[in-house]
Amino acid sequence: MAECFDEMWGDAGGLRAPYRGFHDWFAEEDPKRLRAKQREAEEIFRLTGITFNVYGRAEAEERLIPFDIVPRIMSGTEWHRLSRGIEQRVRAINAFLHDIYHNQEIVKAGRIPQEMITRNDAFLPHMIGVAPPGGVYTHIVGIDLVCTGEGEFYVLEDNARTPSGVSYMLENRETMLQMFPELFSRNRVQPVQNYPANLRRSLAACAPPAAGVDPVVAVLTPGIFNSAYFEHAFLADQMGVELVEGHDLRVVDGRVAMRTTCGYKAIDVLYRRVDDEFLDPLNFNPESQLGVPGIMDVYRTGGITIANAPGTGIADDKAIYSYMPEIVEFYTGERPLLQNVPTWRCSDPDSLAYVLDNLADLVVKEVHGSGGYGMLVGPTASKKDIAAFRRKLKARPGNYIAQPTLSLSTVPIFSRMGLTPRHVDLRPYVLVSPEGIRITPGGADAGGAEEGIARGQLLSGGRHQGHMGAGGLGRCWARPRMEFSGCIACWSGPRTPRA
Amino acid sequence: MYRLLERAENTARLIETGQRIALTRLNEPDAEWRPVLQSASVLDAYLAANETVTKDAAVDWLLRSHENPSSVLCCIEQARQNARMVRTALTGDVWEAINAAYMHARETLARKVGERDLPNVLRALRQQAALVRGMTHGTMMRNEIYDFARLGTFIERADNTARILDVKYYVLLPSTLAVGSSIDNVQWESILRSLSAKGGFRMEYGSKLAPREITHFLVLDKRMPRSLAFCTSKIRDNLSYLNRGNREPGPSLRLVSQIEQQYLSHDLDQIFEFGLHEMITELLGAFSGLARQIELDYRFYE
Amino acid sequence: MRLTIHHVTSYRFAEPVRFGLQQVRKTPKTTPHQTVVSWRTAITGGKKELSFEDHHNNTTELISLDRDTQILDVLSEGEIEVSDTHGIVGPHRGPAPLWLYSRATPRTEAREQVRALARRLAPGNDLDRLHALCGLIREAVAYETGASEPTWSAEDALSDGRGVCQDHAHIFIACARHLDLPARYVSGYLMMDDTTDQTAMHAWAEAYLDGIGWVGFDVSNGISPDARYVRVATGLDYSDASPITGMRIGGLSETLGVQIKVVQQ
Repeated sequence: MAECFDEMWGDAGGLRAPYRGFHDWFAEEDPKRLRAKQREAEEIFRLTGITFNVYGRAEAEERLIPFDIVPRIMSGTEWHRLSRGIEQRVRAINAFLHDIYHNQEIVKAGRIPQEMITRNDAFLPHMIGVAPPGGVYTHIVGIDLVCTGEGEFYVLEDNARTPSGVSYMLENRETMLQMFPELFSRNRVQPVQNYPANLRRSLAACAPPAAGVDPVVAVLTPGIFNSAYFEHAFLADQMGVELVEGHDLRVVDGRVAMRTTCGYKAIDVLYRRVDDEFLDPLNFNPESQLGVPGIMDVYRTGGITIANAPGTGIADDKAIYSYMPEIVEFYTGERPLLQNVPTWRCSDPDSLAYVLDNLADLVVKEVHGSGGYGMLVGPTASKKDIAAFRRKLKARPGNYIAQPTLSLSTVPIFSRMGLTPRHVDLRPYVLVSPEGIRITPGGADAGGAEEGIARGQLLSGGRHQGHMGAGGLGRCWARPRMEFSGCIACWSGPRTPRA
Repeated sequence: MYRLLERAENTARLIETGQRIALTRLNEPDAEWRPVLQSASVLDAYLAANETVTKDAAVDWLLRSHENPSSVLCCIEQARQNARMVRTALTGDVWEAINAAYMHARETLARKVGERDLPNVLRALRQQAALVRGMTHGTMMRNEIYDFARLGTFIERADNTARILDVKYYVLLPSTLAVGSSIDNVQWESILRSLSAKGGFRMEYGSKLAPREITHFLVLDKRMPRSLAFCTSKIRDNLSYLNRGNREPGPSLRLVSQIEQQYLSHDLDQIFEFGLHEMITELLGAFSGLARQIELDYRFYE
Repeated sequence: MRLTIHHVTSYRFAEPVRFGLQQVRKTPKTTPHQTVVSWRTAITGGKKELSFEDHHNNTTELISLDRDTQILDVLSEGEIEVSDTHGIVGPHRGPAPLWLYSRATPRTEAREQVRALARRLAPGNDLDRLHALCGLIREAVAYETGASEPTWSAEDALSDGRGVCQDHAHIFIACARHLDLPARYVSGYLMMDDTTDQTAMHAWAEAYLDGIGWVGFDVSNGISPDARYVRVATGLDYSDASPITGMRIGGLSETLGVQIKVVQQ
């Protein structure tokens, strides 16, 4: 632990400037009061239903997001530098996605090997030649960053598909504000509460040609059993837009329309939290009950904006990730401002040999995996796990990449012993529209339990902290949810499923 | 969700009444629970799962059994599930109230509730439901959502009142022989209690219980918030708000006017002449037909 | 050669359909060698929602079924002018990149039997080997109407030893891709010499050869497509090019009738 960079105390053990205000405040506080406040916060979370669902557990199916009262604090300068890097990276990702679904200049220029695209399962042929409205592919990006030293940040994952967690950041900030107003009056903190309004504005700015003056936006959720359902409902609520499920929607008059008590109403922009595969049973997985048959066809005729665009998963691919410095340079003509974690592509025989020799020290990930599924963390894995992974690696080397374990920075958390350091990563949320790129000054973060491990998963027991809070979320609840009126009145329980 | 919540509250009230009657009667206390189960329309299902009617089993069935979809616990769980589905339609206050009701019910009904704790548990359940209703009243916009919330509430309440009358109608008939006997007094009181109508009745008619007045109070009195006439008029009001902007009344609105005209615009003598039992039976059918029509008109399950 | 085509697909549902959609790919392509003089789609029991050109340049129409309908008739008809190019389709046209046609699909995966078939090919230039391949496929899988299932893969057909044009095309494509040649599936109309009435569209395959471009191979008939062949839809396999893909809610069972007339003017 001692070798890691601590964001409060720095390398040398002197209090770093951004934490000065917090430190003074904390020193005056009675730990007993803080502990009581922490319990109070958890009670608030439970009551407001800020939970995530755990699959396959009937008993404790909804769980609380772990919460810590210590904010992670960054200076304005530090944040500004990060923002520039994030913006550059997000621009490059969008340009890359446009290119590979059109002329594939980057392949022709020899900057990335053709097999990276041709052999990539995340490449979605249905997107070939399709121009998404406003030219935007990744409307919402949640880049995962880790810090290893003063000003040293690395991008861990780009999360260009459907990053989750933003609602926890917002509710956390809200709770902090209610409980520790004095902390906010001491620190001048950039507000995050505009996120839902910005999200809505950003989505509306990407409306398709078919939309009217005031575009209709909706959030598509897989339903109340999805792990992030709370977030889907939260965002729809805060944006003041409809929350819909696949069976509320159908193709009507060449548009995707939602069922309301007075007929069907066309949707212009759909913020979907359903994966590509399940998005359209007519075009993709026919077994899907979560999607909207024909939505891809409407999309291809410019009748709807799907955010994020289908097929963006290829930018999340871990093998593509390893080319991100080349990608940034190719499309922006600039040197990348954010560093990549060094990555070995196991498809390359030399790299594979190295990885196999050093499995116990490396983190190995599946190229299409996300959020910690299907990965091996060498330093903490058992011999048996390593042996099993070795077999998997040898069988399909192209399916894996490996990275060194980084010595992640720590941030204090409030525990029984007072402030104790814990490793964290950071996920700022980025909104992309033709109007520009907007980065939320704050983020969700997750602490890995083990030292030096790349990342714990936000949704499975990682710690969740607020950043630099200020300003409250004005509660502007609810627009009419006409299509759910049956549920409000409720004759006989949940809506009938699809026949 | 509002219909389920109303049902949870009504069932809690039925249990309270049953408990009270059982405690104040001299004969076999278990026998009193059969009509209670009947009033809640769960007797058949109960008998399919249990051989005899005992107080403990009946209370458990009504209160927390997962085999009984109309048990208080099931209703609250489902209401909260529905509330999650329509989370964006509710205010934060309403959501927190229903979530708190759910958390509380899960905790207090996790185990069998002993006789000693029963009154407190039931009171708390009714108060939690009232809190949701209060938050709804105090924080929700008066738009379609609110109208649907009210429709669910009053459809369920009308149905509940009608069912209680259906089970006990015979003690209200003028021809009943045992008029004035203490048995009837208890029966009448139990009807009033299970509809939280005792205080209102006393205010209106003094302390003397008489079947004619009780019937009038529960069926036709438009000031009594659980009477059939009151519930029906609320349903009509909310349907007409939903119908605003249409030149013609929709099918469900026409249906509710028809119900009012056919059953609730007569005086008591005419009702007795037609037959109280017959009327209640027909009304129960009419309410469920109305619920179906509302589903159709507003595309609940399309 | 000018051909008149008349194609009706008729569905009869046992019960009213609550909701349904069909993706229809029946409109012939416009290419340097094929001109669509006129074409129309008429629908009974449904309506056209939209149409677009997909990534294989197939004209795709999305049709919704009328609520509570028990019938759906899709009539497609028109006139097409085709010139004979001895099977040569020519250079690759986007938007799909050529390499896409080297991707195996579940139906065209080269497993044991496909690879064994490819091994039997004598060395030589690609064009000759592909012609030889057609012969090998016909020997291995006898053409028999109704013998196969639409869901069969190339490997399934080889196991069974019987199949229809769709199966022949899939085996050809699987082998060609296995030999590192881009290949694709083609569905289309064929004017037959002995009859004008048909009950199904025809299918064949195309492979891409350096210096020549795309070349067609009708495995089932053992010839290269000529002016009697009208190219309609192409794709990686049947699923990309099938005339109708649909989903519906309600309707219970369905019966399907197909009537096709192809006549030379």
